[in-house]
Amino acid sequence: MSASGVEAGRGSGVVRGERLSALAQQHGALVALLVLALVASFSFDSFATGDNIENLAMTSSFLAVVALGMTFVIVTGGIDLSVGSVFALGGVLAAWGSRYGALVALLLPLAVCGLIGCVNGLLIARTRLAPFIVTLAAMLAARGLMLNITDEGATTYLVDKETVFVHLGQGRLLGVGAPVWITGALFLAGAVALRRTRFGQNVYAVGGNEDAAALMGAPVARTKITVYTLSALLAGLAGALNAAWLASGVTILGYGMELDAIAAVVIGGTLLSGGLGFVSGSLVGVLLLKTIQNIINQIGSLDSAYQQVVSGGFLVVVIIAQTWLARRRRVA
Amino acid sequence: MADVALRNALPADRAAAVRWLQEYGVYAGVVVLLLFNVAFTDHFLSAANFRTQAVQVAPVLVVALGMALAIGTEGIDLSVGSVMALSTSLLSLYLGYGPWVALLTVVVGGVVIGLANGTLIAFVGVQPIVATLALMVGTRGLALVMLPQLKDVRDPTLLSLGSGDVVGVPYLVLIAAALAVVVAFVVRRTTFGRQLLAIGDSRPAAQLAGLPVRRVLITVYVCSGVLAAVAGFLSTARLSASDPTSLGQLMELSAITAVVVGGTPLTGGRVRVGGTVAGALLIQLLTATLIKHDLSPSWTQLAQAVVIILAVYAARERGKR
Repeated sequence: MSASGVEAGRGSGVVRGERLSALAQQHGALVALLVLALVASFSFDSFATGDNIENLAMTSSFLAVVALGMTFVIVTGGIDLSVGSVFALGGVLAAWGSRYGALVALLLPLAVCGLIGCVNGLLIARTRLAPFIVTLAAMLAARGLMLNITDEGATTYLVDKETVFVHLGQGRLLGVGAPVWITGALFLAGAVALRRTRFGQNVYAVGGNEDAAALMGAPVARTKITVYTLSALLAGLAGALNAAWLASGVTILGYGMELDAIAAVVIGGTLLSGGLGFVSGSLVGVLLLKTIQNIINQIGSLDSAYQQVVSGGFLVVVIIAQTWLARRRRVA
Repeated sequence: MADVALRNALPADRAAAVRWLQEYGVYAGVVVLLLFNVAFTDHFLSAANFRTQAVQVAPVLVVALGMALAIGTEGIDLSVGSVMALSTSLLSLYLGYGPWVALLTVVVGGVVIGLANGTLIAFVGVQPIVATLALMVGTRGLALVMLPQLKDVRDPTLLSLGSGDVVGVPYLVLIAAALAVVVAFVVRRTTFGRQLLAIGDSRPAAQLAGLPVRRVLITVYVCSGVLAAVAGFLSTARLSASDPTSLGQLMELSAITAVVVGGTPLTGGRVRVGGTVAGALLIQLLTATLIKHDLSPSWTQLAQAVVIILAVYAARERGKR
């Protein structure tokens, strides 16, 4: 999986074609989402209702927070398979910690999950092990830790309703749930961090060409450690918010979440080979995945199995399109 | 690069020891675990126990063999667990026409998914992890659409395949061992095997040398699909039930672990079939040991994580330079 010279084609002759492919790659998912939402709201009376939209936004928000961290990791050319387990661990830790107050409920999962991410980053950056393998091991380890805390999944910790922590999941502001607000704020911060800061520049540089970035003096190791820590922190936070929303630390959550997050990021136009991507695309990717799910739920006769078939087929189409567009840009 | 310098600086005997560990560490690990269990685990030295361990490891090994081929080309196949589920669904649906017809449909299912993976990877140019991820999601769905819930399997031929044996060696173990021998032969002695490793070493170089890169890649993913399908067939025979919801869940991770622990580098260009067999056995024995000594499954997962990291860390100097 070599770093590609995606940006290399800039300034050459076929500018218009290149720009069109770039636009399609960046905003194709958004167009698909708008068309899908439009068709769905005409086809089903139950789609464009306040309750349904709110439900859609709420269930999307947790995956979106995970996908935000995954975006940073993937832009550096890496991958984080541990987020599903870390999400589950974060939820359980938050629920367990809520008996000691809201602060513990929030900080405990962040501390533990952040530590896991930091270890991931250290192993990947310092010993040059493949991100795929390191985060796979972290996935097993985090799941093991979570099972350990919950007596092999037998104990479900309930979130203490007395603490303010519950409001992070169930609170509302201007009719919109707190997790949705938090997700919005995080994405705004993420977009600024990736586009407008030195750290963001380093993330792109490491993903574009690691050796070149090192030669230019970019702190490659530090950048990698930061993105994996960030990814685990966000996954842990998403787990904690989810626990606050459900008022319990559910142990069976998070299975396959890493795949959903990766899919959302890829659909959103971020290249898995690194060096190119943006956070708003990931948000659109999450919304697109969740809207498809939602529509399939509206069609009562289609069960969750069809949901997977449709998601898989859709993923194949998007991936082919993305690969094709990326190659066009490279050739142009 | 720094690692090589470091290794050259080591005293000769220590460098040799490190190399020996890299090459034979996984076998040593299996032997150590065996000895530990013989000494400290009650009822370990029984035919029934050996049989249980071997039968449990057989399907994992069959999947891992295909995974080793994919990893040898610097690829990966995440769809194997879902292919097992598809295979168990197909098996249940076509068992009415006899077990051999059912086996045929199972193999066809594996070929189709493998072709889809291979086409995406070889012709469209999608990264293996992405292509097989998409197929993983879709194939599991397909399996569940075909067979929405668990179904018992009562076919006598299949049941005897799952539980029968030849002079004490279960059929499942024989089949897995035979497949391992075939894969080892293909990797070492055939043109296809050499081409596969050349592609894993450097795909551009293989292309320049005029190797049929696309054809080899497609064949590799078809092999992986078929082996996963056969593993699904064997698992169904062993469990005497078709359960597309849970069969093969996380199997891709077990298979990757066995391959990597067995010393096949993720960077491609090398396939260690013997190591893969030992890797699968090591994970199985580790799990069994921890459970027998009353450590819960959560500890097994933690231990597995540590073993993976250690194995890959030890193996990283073997990666291509």
